Amino acid sequence: MLQQLFFALIVRPLVLIVIGLNIRHRERIPLKGPAIVVSNHNSHLDTLVLMTLLPWPMLRQLRPVAAKDYFLRNRILAWFALHIMHIIPLEREILGRHQDPLAPCSEALKNGDILILFPEGSRGDPEQMGKFKTGIAHLAKRNPDVPIAPIFLHGLGKALPKGEALLVPFFCDVFVGKPLQWAGDKANFMTSLESAIKALAEEGHRPAWE
Amino acid sequence: MLSHITPSVLAALGGVLGILVVASLVSALLKRLHPDKNYTELIQRIRSWWIMIGIFSGAILLSRTASILFFAFVSFLALKEYLSLIPTRRADRRVLFWAYAAIPFQYYWVHEQWYGMFIIFIPVYLFLLLPMRMVIIGETKDFLRAAGTLHWGLMTMVFSLSHAAFFLVLDGARNPAGGGAGLVLYLIFLTQFNDVAQYVWGKLTGRHKIIPKVSPNKTWEGFLGGVGTTTALAMILAPHLTPLTLVESLGAGLLIALGGFIGDVTISALKRDIGVKDSGSLLPGHGGILDRIDSLTYTAPLLFHFVYYLHY
Repeated sequence: MLQQLFFALIVRPLVLIVIGLNIRHRERIPLKGPAIVVSNHNSHLDTLVLMTLLPWPMLRQLRPVAAKDYFLRNRILAWFALHIMHIIPLEREILGRHQDPLAPCSEALKNGDILILFPEGSRGDPEQMGKFKTGIAHLAKRNPDVPIAPIFLHGLGKALPKGEALLVPFFCDVFVGKPLQWAGDKANFMTSLESAIKALAEEGHRPAWE
Repeated sequence: MLSHITPSVLAALGGVLGILVVASLVSALLKRLHPDKNYTELIQRIRSWWIMIGIFSGAILLSRTASILFFAFVSFLALKEYLSLIPTRRADRRVLFWAYAAIPFQYYWVHEQWYGMFIIFIPVYLFLLLPMRMVIIGETKDFLRAAGTLHWGLMTMVFSLSHAAFFLVLDGARNPAGGGAGLVLYLIFLTQFNDVAQYVWGKLTGRHKIIPKVSPNKTWEGFLGGVGTTTALAMILAPHLTPLTLVESLGAGLLIALGGFIGDVTISALKRDIGVKDSGSLLPGHGGILDRIDSLTYTAPLLFHFVYYLHY
């Protein structure tokens, strides 16, 4: 309920009016779970924008996978992250051999949820794509039937980059790629995922921002 | 509720509605007669017209304040599209924020009928303020480009467009036929009509390119056909919506047709410089918001000062 209100009154007006989206290939967005949405990561706005794209009735089942050490670092943020954003907290440092950091993700997929995942691991330098981490490959291997939608985002890193609190409006590009699936081996899968997002990046016009 | 609207404004809005209905019927008929041809863009275009005209008419009918807010929002969308399209500097995020913040101020001056502030706020105060803000940040690389492009954007997307809104607050007693809303409707309708007329004349009779380096599809025939049709319509509509005399309305028509053309090719030059075909994707079938208001960035201040000088 609180989540619905937060999205209806704050997130949607913010994303649709203050920012404004330029969406290509909207029809490729998965309409039901289980599915994984994978995107480059430049801003806290990324998660909010992706959540507004996915079907409204699915809102409760959209699960951003987010760093535990960052989002659960104090009580207020933890409450917001867990109860409003419904994140799946991810342990960035593997503590013991017997721990499986991806188990909650697989569990959520079994429940028919849609995961939102940023394989760069953090927001990094604004509008620069970092190297993808391979957690997504492990997840894909364990769930070979789950479609994986690659999405390229551009502009949100200009609107609200890491370390800034002031939002400056820019239109944001959201380019959705064709769904991918586990390709049989890790290296191949990672290459096809990265090249899918890079190919989407080439579709648009990105003015210099330095 | 409709006390701020004269009967002839209502009739004009009705006329626009009629044109839209006819356009929708014709496009539906075309699709039925030639099922093999692709009319997607035409149909999208007309659908976008319905939405734009619906929101515009709603604002005009609702109240003067709603109409001013409508233009403020158009300025916001246009400035955002412009700033998303051009190269900007990371260091200037806060400067851009101040440029956006100028929009509510500019339209507040309109709402308060404060002509003196309205006319100098952007050309003088923001022109001086924004470079100062850039200097405080201290990034000198590409300073001139950043200051120049930002001011051009503010002048075009906010200052110029806000002239359309200022029509709304002019003394209604001097324009009993149409009031403020009448002049706005006159400006917007003729500007958009001129775009369509130049396009249609060009498609039907166009041979000789007028400005091939900037806009290869524009022809002398399209331009002159548009000038003739728009001017004739300007003279027919003037007594119902404006305080202009017959000779004055001839001048207004020429100003809108010529200004509209120049505004159009100016934005074309901008797009060509940047290397995009459409300025955005906000209006399916049209492109972005700049593709729709390009002509208006010239016609709004030109017609405003023409009418203001002669009658206010």
